[in-house]
Amino acid sequence: MNAEVIKTDAVIVGAGPVGLFAVFELGLNDIKCHLVDILDRPGGQCAELYPEKPIYDIPAIPSCTGAELTERLLEQGKPFNPTFHFGQMVESLEKTPEGKWRLTTDRGTVFESTIVVIAAGGGSFVPKRPPIKGIEAYENKSVFYAVRKMEQFRGKRLVIAGGGDSALDWTINLQPIASHITLVHRRDEFRAAPDSVSKMRALVAEGKMDLKIANLSTLNGADGQLASVTLKEDGKDAYDMPCDNLLAFYGLTMKLGPVANFGAELQDNLLPVNTADFETNLPGVFAIGDINTYPGKMKLILSGFHEAALMAKKAFAMVHPDRRYRFQYTTSSSDLQDKLGVSDAA
Amino acid sequence: MRILCTDTEGKERELLATNEWTVMEIIREGGLPILAQCGGSCACATCHVYVDPAWKDKLPEPNEEEVGMLDGAFEVTENSRLSCQIIFNEELDGLKVTLAPGSV
Repeated sequence: MNAEVIKTDAVIVGAGPVGLFAVFELGLNDIKCHLVDILDRPGGQCAELYPEKPIYDIPAIPSCTGAELTERLLEQGKPFNPTFHFGQMVESLEKTPEGKWRLTTDRGTVFESTIVVIAAGGGSFVPKRPPIKGIEAYENKSVFYAVRKMEQFRGKRLVIAGGGDSALDWTINLQPIASHITLVHRRDEFRAAPDSVSKMRALVAEGKMDLKIANLSTLNGADGQLASVTLKEDGKDAYDMPCDNLLAFYGLTMKLGPVANFGAELQDNLLPVNTADFETNLPGVFAIGDINTYPGKMKLILSGFHEAALMAKKAFAMVHPDRRYRFQYTTSSSDLQDKLGVSDAA
Repeated sequence: MRILCTDTEGKERELLATNEWTVMEIIREGGLPILAQCGGSCACATCHVYVDPAWKDKLPEPNEEEVGMLDGAFEVTENSRLSCQIIFNEELDGLKVTLAPGSV
């Protein structure tokens, strides 16, 4: 791999609400940001867990949904033109001989940055793993939680588990190329686009696939290759469904992931910081939002906003060591208004 | 008031319960390692518990949102509930629940 190294002032690990607000605070301090997030879009938990649920405790915004909050934060950070790197997670963090931080993602993107801001919330969103004994041995061999290449499933007997859009979409998309598909869901109702549900039901009616209302109970096979899955219907005997592959779509869960190996001190899977500047024990590596801990910490979005502002002040000293920090208000500073692109409107 | 919560190793724990708290909060405050990732907004299914059959009928029925969210849980049975959606009151003193796989 011969990745081009992206040189920047700051890399923000996590593009949730707190990471997005950090763009703004760092931007006011002339600090250019790149953000990395495992999801395919900004917003973090606001995007993944509760895009349509109202949040009532954002100062001065009596009510907004997770999606709206994300929109507004993106708009607020827009003057600073951050660069997003979605669908990947930072896997390693190392100090370079020049004193920069070198970050490498699982997709091979490499950054060299003066400071690092870990705003990773509850960790990376990864697919939920069904708690079936021995499932690890089959993962990425015959059990998958995502589809990267459809061709891999041509001519295969597939069991697809789940009742949401991912399960339904892949059932419909893979049905023409798989030799047989069985969709397994715990109840005969689906939380997916009505159109997808109708398509799936039509395929079942035409005898082109099977739908089983059951729970997955056991995986049977050897050396990572599935031979069958055992299905259990409530109140009935379990039965085996022969198959080559299982695709399980139960949604996402948060796992701390590689942040644990960055070399920063951890306490109960959180990053201890000092409350003056939210730096971890690694100089130039900050932690803000739900991922950090300190006496009195409250896991609220608004706490993360405050933490971002104090972090940015210390970050300024590191990114611009030759400049003197100047405390300014956006209301009165023409310098800040220039940066925000609002000076003419004033 | 209290609830009895069986952890994933089968050990039953007695937890101090407070009126109007959710069962998820009571379990979390009691020190059991319940994930409850979304913090109680019925958005993640990682606070899944089994309610003891003897207690099941004493609880209000789950709403459609909770039933739908249980699609993201594992080994769902007719006794499955999301503990963040059960609000404790004195009539539930002694409620028995068991943490489900995927919730710790």
